[in-house]
Amino acid sequence: MAATKTRTSSFSRNFSTPATTSTPGLKYGPNSTLFVSSGIPDLDKILGGGFALGSLVMVMEDTEAPHHMLLLRNFMSQGLVHNQPLLYASPSRDPRTFLGTLPNPASSKDDKSHNRDTEQEKALRIAWQYKKYFGEHQQNSDGLRDGKQLEYCNDFDLRKPLERHFLTGQLIDCISLQDCANLTTFRDRCSTFLSQLPRYDGKISCAGRIAIQSFCAPQCEFSSMEWEMLSLIRSLKSMVRSSNAVAVITFPSSVVSPSFSKRCQHLADTLLSVKAIPDEDKELATLLTGYQDMVGLLNIHKVARLNTQVPAILEATTFSMKLRKRRLLVLECINQAPVDGSSGTSYATSGSCSSSSKTGTLDF
Amino acid sequence: MDRTSNLVDEAMAMESGGVVLIEDCVETNGAFILHHLIKRHLSPPQSSLLIFVAFAQPFSHYDRILRKMGCNLVVQRDNKRLLFLDMLMLECPDGDGSKTCEVGLRALFGKIQKAVEVGALAESKGNITIMIDDISLMEVAAHGSSNHVLDFLQYCHTLTTQFGCSLVALNHKDVYLSRNEATLILQLEHLADVVIKVEPLATGLATDVHGQVTVINKGRRIEDDERFGRSMNKLKNFHFRVKDNIVDYFYPGSRT
Repeated sequence: MAATKTRTSSFSRNFSTPATTSTPGLKYGPNSTLFVSSGIPDLDKILGGGFALGSLVMVMEDTEAPHHMLLLRNFMSQGLVHNQPLLYASPSRDPRTFLGTLPNPASSKDDKSHNRDTEQEKALRIAWQYKKYFGEHQQNSDGLRDGKQLEYCNDFDLRKPLERHFLTGQLIDCISLQDCANLTTFRDRCSTFLSQLPRYDGKISCAGRIAIQSFCAPQCEFSSMEWEMLSLIRSLKSMVRSSNAVAVITFPSSVVSPSFSKRCQHLADTLLSVKAIPDEDKELATLLTGYQDMVGLLNIHKVARLNTQVPAILEATTFSMKLRKRRLLVLECINQAPVDGSSGTSYATSGSCSSSSKTGTLDF
Repeated sequence: MDRTSNLVDEAMAMESGGVVLIEDCVETNGAFILHHLIKRHLSPPQSSLLIFVAFAQPFSHYDRILRKMGCNLVVQRDNKRLLFLDMLMLECPDGDGSKTCEVGLRALFGKIQKAVEVGALAESKGNITIMIDDISLMEVAAHGSSNHVLDFLQYCHTLTTQFGCSLVALNHKDVYLSRNEATLILQLEHLADVVIKVEPLATGLATDVHGQVTVINKGRRIEDDERFGRSMNKLKNFHFRVKDNIVDYFYPGSRT
């Protein structure tokens, strides 16, 4: 035998690259959903691709810390980098000024390499049927060589403001919620914004983003009209569902009534919450590793499940928000620090009936 | 055709007529029970009519899910066995307040009543089922007037007694937190013959068990002489795991 023939079975999996969208800002996911990036690579990974197109994302704020702004900023910048129209609403009098605080994509010198190495290692373990979802890494490396930011998700440098050319000539609409006496005008503006992005099953050219910050903040006149606000969120959800857009709404859940907050939580397709971490908390410092670098906590309560009934069970739902090199937002799983045997407060007393906190003889 | 029934079907033990209330919460979504009931009502041998009032999700969402479960909603809709009322954009506009909400819900009830009457007149000996996607969203559409929502549901209930059709509704239990807000959910629980509660596991998240479902059957549909000497309220608790095409129900602890 001159050449050994490789035996091929009658079954052959086609490893052809999946249908990639021509637009870099969109990615195909399971159950014929499309994803847009949240602007935070770790969050995209956790959510299984990003924010589903047509979904409503709600973020419950912590009134003690502005971490929801980090999420919003990355979300908005990512949209602008990908030329996606943006509608931004906030309770401030002049929302346009917020655009000046949007971050710029980080220069791709050393940041990407660390990500790619870990991904390639993991790729060895992923079964073949999931390979098609990792096709993006080839795209990533190509994008880097070109020098242009054509990646699906950028790392954003929170210290550098977004370059001017992203902000001009864009379809950016800013609305001040304080100017909206009642919500019908706001709803109409959202409706006109979304009417330029109709959903149809053909080729999708463009996706839009809506970012609403601190929706029920007390400065707004309508903040006491709970049913009106719910009605607006509900109609916004339906409008977003039938168009190519993603809406992110942040709201201070502690300021509104609990049942209103619950209704909003039910309305959300994807539900996140941010929490502040107190500085210099010695107890937390002993409990968690890397406590000093943590900026806040991010909790993922619900992940959007469009077109499917199977819930998304995540391996972990609480992540710590850290700023790597003080400028890039990363999310990490919480790691409990090793329990110090001598103090033994966590395990030793939990089994015992006595309330003494001293380490007894039963010290596991 | 043999229809395999799962544990929840047996616990429900409902032939026709009656009110089923599904309660869920943020942590565990109870819509999969709705999907299962849709499939059950639309599959042969019964030729039933299903009237689905959707407040939460559009038709495409249900179509995709049911297709994976082996039920084609488009075909059923064309064959007039499914009437899908998309109420996602139902709004009772501001202005007159309660009057317009009433009008909106009244119109909706009119449509349902007409469909039920037409369905009852049809010669096929099937059951008619009315399913309401999400009552808490109906409240939002009615701008919070739970009285109108209750009236609407009471009217639907009269249809069940008059025409022998069933009513299935889903509501979110954790929305009604304080005592005075709880009127709607308490009235619904009283009205219902079967209450299905979907909750997360007490121990937290797990990949192979998605939650627990408790079926409370008030036994109202059992014949009088059978009921004698039997406990009226049957409570069954199962764990479940949701998959794309089917939901596995099993007794707690029996899944290795």
